[in-house]
Amino acid sequence: MTLDISRRHFVVGAAAAGGLSLGFHAPLDAQAAAATNPEINAWVVIQPDETVVVRIGRVEMGQGTLTGLAQLVAEELEADWSKVTTEYPTPGQNVARGRVWGDFQTAGSRGIRGSQDYMRKGGAAARIMLTQAAADAWGVPAAECTVAKGVITHTPSKRTTTFGKVAVAAAKLTPPAPAGIALKDPKTWTIAGKSQKRLDNKPKMNGAQIYSMDVKRPGMLNASIRMCPVFSGKLKSFDAAKVMGMPGVKKVVQVDDRSVAVVADTWWRAQKAVLALPVEWDLGPNAALNSAQIAETFKAGLTADQAFVGNKQGDAKAALAGAAKTIEAVYSFPYQHHVTMEPMNATALWTADKCEVWTSTQNAEAALATTATAAGLPVAKCEVYRHHLGGGFGRRSSRHDFVEQAVKIAKQMPGVPIKLIWSREEDMTHGSYHPSTQCKLTGGLDAQGNLTALHMRISGASILADLNPQALQGGADAATFQGLNPGGEEGVFGYGVPNLLVEHAMRNPAVPVGFWRGVNNNQNAIYLECFMDELAHTAGVDPLEFRRRLLGSKPKHLAVLNAVADKGGWGKPAPAGRFRGLSQHMGYGSYVAACAEVSVSAEGEVTVHKITAATDCGNVVNPGQVAFQIEGSFAYGLSALLHGEVVIKDGRSQATNFHNYPVIRMGEMPEVESIIMPSGGFWGGVGEPTIFVAAPAVLNAIYAATGKRVRSVPLANVDLKKA
Amino acid sequence: MARLNVNGKAVEVDAEPDTPLLWVIREQLGLTGTKYGCGVAQCGACTVHIDGAPVRTCIRPLSSVKPEQKIVTIEGLSPNANHPVQAAWLELDVPQCGYCQSGQMMAAAALLKNTPKPTDAQIVSAMSNICRCGTYNRIKAAIKLAAKKSA
Repeated sequence: MTLDISRRHFVVGAAAAGGLSLGFHAPLDAQAAAATNPEINAWVVIQPDETVVVRIGRVEMGQGTLTGLAQLVAEELEADWSKVTTEYPTPGQNVARGRVWGDFQTAGSRGIRGSQDYMRKGGAAARIMLTQAAADAWGVPAAECTVAKGVITHTPSKRTTTFGKVAVAAAKLTPPAPAGIALKDPKTWTIAGKSQKRLDNKPKMNGAQIYSMDVKRPGMLNASIRMCPVFSGKLKSFDAAKVMGMPGVKKVVQVDDRSVAVVADTWWRAQKAVLALPVEWDLGPNAALNSAQIAETFKAGLTADQAFVGNKQGDAKAALAGAAKTIEAVYSFPYQHHVTMEPMNATALWTADKCEVWTSTQNAEAALATTATAAGLPVAKCEVYRHHLGGGFGRRSSRHDFVEQAVKIAKQMPGVPIKLIWSREEDMTHGSYHPSTQCKLTGGLDAQGNLTALHMRISGASILADLNPQALQGGADAATFQGLNPGGEEGVFGYGVPNLLVEHAMRNPAVPVGFWRGVNNNQNAIYLECFMDELAHTAGVDPLEFRRRLLGSKPKHLAVLNAVADKGGWGKPAPAGRFRGLSQHMGYGSYVAACAEVSVSAEGEVTVHKITAATDCGNVVNPGQVAFQIEGSFAYGLSALLHGEVVIKDGRSQATNFHNYPVIRMGEMPEVESIIMPSGGFWGGVGEPTIFVAAPAVLNAIYAATGKRVRSVPLANVDLKKA
Repeated sequence: MARLNVNGKAVEVDAEPDTPLLWVIREQLGLTGTKYGCGVAQCGACTVHIDGAPVRTCIRPLSSVKPEQKIVTIEGLSPNANHPVQAAWLELDVPQCGYCQSGQMMAAAALLKNTPKPTDAQIVSAMSNICRCGTYNRIKAAIKLAAKKSA
């Protein structure tokens, strides 16, 4: 979710070549089906009834980006917020118009920070054009006009008009040059910066929201699929005749070299038949792969001679050799599944000269490219229609296997819309798993307990090597070092350690890996923040004080840490039986910290009572939604910490459904107190960052409670019973 | 043909007796607010009311439902999405992705019907539905708000 993986796959003709052009340089033809007025520019359509339609390139999957982006456009437009609605342009339209809506990929916590500039300028340009149109009609200078809540006023004469009345004239004007557009100071915001209600929630109240799972097309049939359960295994044969007589069954199709599908009138009938279908698999070379083997492979990488270097200061190895005291620890993090609530699905309609797809995707342009390839048609003859996602978390960002399959099935039944739904079992066993890694950390303290040297050797799977090897740099996967980098938005190592060496020994077992909310920051934060706790205790220094001493040159890292320590009651007595732990991290442009409060029963049962969280994301567009994302990311991160592990045995995922891949439920959810402390001047992400600090804060609190240092996830595997 | 009573209407459906009620509701009746999440009664996204009780329909065979039993889906919970639970969900902006929320609201509505003033423990016990976006604390708050407003 950090690098622009899918777009790299998506090199389709001239579309991507010119970089981003702002909407107002495009032809002013109305593209949206819903629009009856011509667009002011690519971002803004004003209807005669004053409805303001804001076009959204990114997609809504629960993270609130849709509302936030609409707020930013409405702010610059000076719109009446109660009149604002949104719509999704299609990726086909985006390609046809020179990528006028920019990047559709919704990942890496970039929804707001990656599009705020051009979208705000889109809103401002529309306001300038609407104002000019009103001024022209009145025959007055535009400078004498003001705009507020969709009403334009000629101040000297007190004449007024509305956006809806001048929209047609405004659409005919020459757009202002983007470079000359001045944006509002966030301090003066009235629509953005406020906790506006979500624009997308009303249809979710009565089942009216149509996810791609719910798509209905005329004459549509349904497909259920079985893929070889072993990673990289193939389909050998199947006996279609055995199920053709089952109710509703229309066709049994080989989809690709690893999967077979049954097409029936309803999905349930397709599913029954595909489960009854006799299938032989060629399990291939990974049939014996298991978690223990993988762990051994990673372990060997911890001490291997060769490794990629991600961050280097001074000479860590020499400084460790000369340190007054050194400690060493090995941590590990397992493969994990996204488990979006909505299983993978796509509906496809193929004919010889057109292919259309309806799907939930975090990157509709990549889905379009996948569609074109699978359809055997040029991109211009393909289209993808977007739906809000029933969860994405990275699974729907870079691996569009479900789209490819739907198209390949539909291609075998021309003219018939085919809805492919993966059963939860197929979904769970064909994931794009969170990479598993191990990390060996060695730290050196001087006689005064100061950290003089730190060596982190990570060993394990690389996402880029799997999803997009062209993005590797000299063989190295930069994303592996998230949160440990010397600089950059992906995550800056905060501590001032004079001798530092961060390395990655890449080891890629045959388990498919992908971006997963928080990505490599998740385990990197555990490794670093828990080891910092170990170092503090070894040095005999309070963990907060130990960190503070090392964050002197990183005021933003320090500020969020101080905030949670203060609000979380660090240094003050906790309620009886409760213990606290701290962590801080930086990633996706934002600075985050957490103070967790836990108790551990005599039987070893962990209760996370409360987490106090702080985030500095620079500018905040919707504080309410940021708080929701903090809670949500904690639920996701705590689920991973408490339960998340995909065990590999016989070359396949042993996790098949929620009964053997438990996730956090309401009873395990702690109270969350959010401190949103935007320091201004930059734009950080919010969908992911706070997830980084949940697990290490809890693990450090568990140490405070038990004296036991947990170095492997999930906690379900760890015995914390009192000896 | 099997006969059912769904959202106050008598309907006839053409499905095998072992078809889970979830798929009858979604595919034969076209009511897609009830969601498929797991198929093994773990996640609760498929929750509807049968005679007022919350039921996970993904494992409930069609043959086990009698024609006179009253099935209510999220579409039939209230005429204008104004059931106290729906109103509270909207007021507190509970849903993120929203996919699980039909089932969450159906479970919550059934809870409040029998337990108008639930304690935290009763809420946790009744609300075992899964939400991957992590809206649990908001759901709890919305149930309390709905309870308060219904009082």
